[in-house]
Amino acid sequence: MDSKKNWFDSTYQKAAERPIRFSTVSDMELEPLYTPADLSGTYDEALGNPGEYPYTRGIYGSMYRGRLWTMRQFAGFGLAEDTNARFHFLLGQGQDGLSTAFDMPTLMGYDADHERALGEVGREGVSVSTVYDMATLFDRIPLDRVSTSMTVNCSASVLLAMYLIVAERNGIPWERVGGTIQNDMLKEYIAQKEWICPPRPALRIVTDMIEFCARKVPRWHAVSISGYHIREAGSTAVQELAFTIADGICYVEDAVKRGLGVDDFAPRLSFFWNLHNDFLEEVAKLRAARRMWARIMKDRFGAKDPKSMMLRTHAQTAGASLTAQQPINNVVRVGIQALAGVLGGVQSLHTNSMDETLALPTEQAVMVALRTQQIIAEETGVTNTIDPFGGSYAVEALTDRMEREAMEYIRRIDEMGGMIKAIETGYPQREIAEAAFHFQRQLEKGIKTVVGVNKYSIPEEIPIPTLKIDAAIEEKQIQRVRKVKRERNSVAVKEALARIAEACRSGENLMEPICEAVRRDATVGEVSDIFRAEFGVYRDPGWL
Amino acid sequence: MADKRLRILVAKPGLDGHDRGAKIIARALRDGGFEVIYTGLHQTPEMIAEAAVQEDADAVGLSVLSGAHMTLFPEVMRLLKERGAADVAVFGGGIIPDDDVVKLKGMGVRQIFTPGASTEDIIKWVRENVAPRQ
Repeated sequence: MDSKKNWFDSTYQKAAERPIRFSTVSDMELEPLYTPADLSGTYDEALGNPGEYPYTRGIYGSMYRGRLWTMRQFAGFGLAEDTNARFHFLLGQGQDGLSTAFDMPTLMGYDADHERALGEVGREGVSVSTVYDMATLFDRIPLDRVSTSMTVNCSASVLLAMYLIVAERNGIPWERVGGTIQNDMLKEYIAQKEWICPPRPALRIVTDMIEFCARKVPRWHAVSISGYHIREAGSTAVQELAFTIADGICYVEDAVKRGLGVDDFAPRLSFFWNLHNDFLEEVAKLRAARRMWARIMKDRFGAKDPKSMMLRTHAQTAGASLTAQQPINNVVRVGIQALAGVLGGVQSLHTNSMDETLALPTEQAVMVALRTQQIIAEETGVTNTIDPFGGSYAVEALTDRMEREAMEYIRRIDEMGGMIKAIETGYPQREIAEAAFHFQRQLEKGIKTVVGVNKYSIPEEIPIPTLKIDAAIEEKQIQRVRKVKRERNSVAVKEALARIAEACRSGENLMEPICEAVRRDATVGEVSDIFRAEFGVYRDPGWL
Repeated sequence: MADKRLRILVAKPGLDGHDRGAKIIARALRDGGFEVIYTGLHQTPEMIAEAAVQEDADAVGLSVLSGAHMTLFPEVMRLLKERGAADVAVFGGGIIPDDDVVKLKGMGVRQIFTPGASTEDIIKWVRENVAPRQ
């Protein structure tokens, strides 16, 4: 037991130590050495075998020996046909799932012809205002065979309805449609900050979607509980872990309160983590997340179905870690981050492109990013054995510590009365802003290094080509939306929108009325306007 | 030099929710001794120009990461001018390509800070380039 201390006193202290702070990118200080003395719990309690509770070593029995992770590159820009072409390119390059990025107006519930959309149409994602845009977006893509992820939150109910109506019109029954919609509103207030109404009605819409999908679209993941944006906003790894799991707890509680049985919906909950630069910290975070979720689902919610306890996850390399300076270096960062994801046992992965701090990625840059995953999968050999870091003293100690520290945050949030209350007081928002500021200060003092930015910088940047979005697409999309609005049966649309408003008030599940409105050509903005009128508009408190 | 502290409005125009940078800058400027007013997210150019006048700001820092800078920056400039506040120093930051930086400066935007700029650079620039409005 004391051998570590003896070693530290007699050997380590006599050896050289660089005068730096040995801490993770989240500024968690690490010990020089971890030994068997740092392990806690028995093997079965703490780890278990892959595919077995508490799933620390992976949720599936054979993990990547059975099936590789889904390579799913997030894509979207310009008009629906531009993104459709990128989808076909990616599928042609060996990608096996789609992931859609929408533009800011779509994400905030405005049609392309709204004045607030000016200058933003198709800029950082694809513009979708009507069901016809959605049909173009998925043209010649078999919706019963390719699984699709849609990154959209406050207007998610409308976009999901549009996707289902497109499938319906292509003769594909809803039961056969598979995919994921991000639809994690809690992390919007905490980090990503795209919203329409205040947190409570937003949570009600999410729960409506969980309930609707559990009954009508059984292969759909109605919410992807996301730490990604929390981390991008500047949180530490522990905060990402804690706030994300706390968000998950809030969704489960609300659905249970609605009367759903936990095992009726929890097997379709999924997660989405960030993969940052600190390699061991990220591997430990993913392992800790699986164990925490399994324990919480079993002990706190009484789940019986093992699938309810399994944390299925997508992950994406950290956009905020990439640098505009010497951008080709980003290929290396992405490779290392992606490797952490694979060693952490993710089910689906997006690798960022080297040029994404400058603009949306070019086709060439996206291909390198996809090839990075293919190299990890097929050249490095890390998929041959399951959870190769299991039993590493350092990784296990870090996994334990992250779980412990995250559970402490969750305890504090429970004391506040849960995540909605915590958000209303600005607790997670302030914690993240504090961590972001702390990191920036460490960077400026040189305590933390970003290669090419505060160390090893060069005067001349290496120019790389970037994707330009044609300004003319905005006008084209505005005309398209106006044409739909002109030519549809406006009485039928009005009736359908009134039905949604009625459901907002009565508490009836909103999804069927939204689907009907979409069938009648109601737009993203029009349904969102009903939410604005019925639930009110949320404004940023502007906390610093 | 007046001993009045410079008042700086840090603003987030447009729809993107990326406020990490704006909040760090706002806080660093405040720590740097300036009076800082932060608008919060999702402001229209009208709201920003109005706030600049109401708050008697000497400078306005705009943060845009959605690619809509070529629409939003000129609109804020135009509306400031319309309100007789053309002398408010407008600077900005975000994911802004070099070509656009040149164009924005041509329109009278005083400075653009792109990813990797340090808060110290920004504080120094404000000290050296922003004067209290008359």
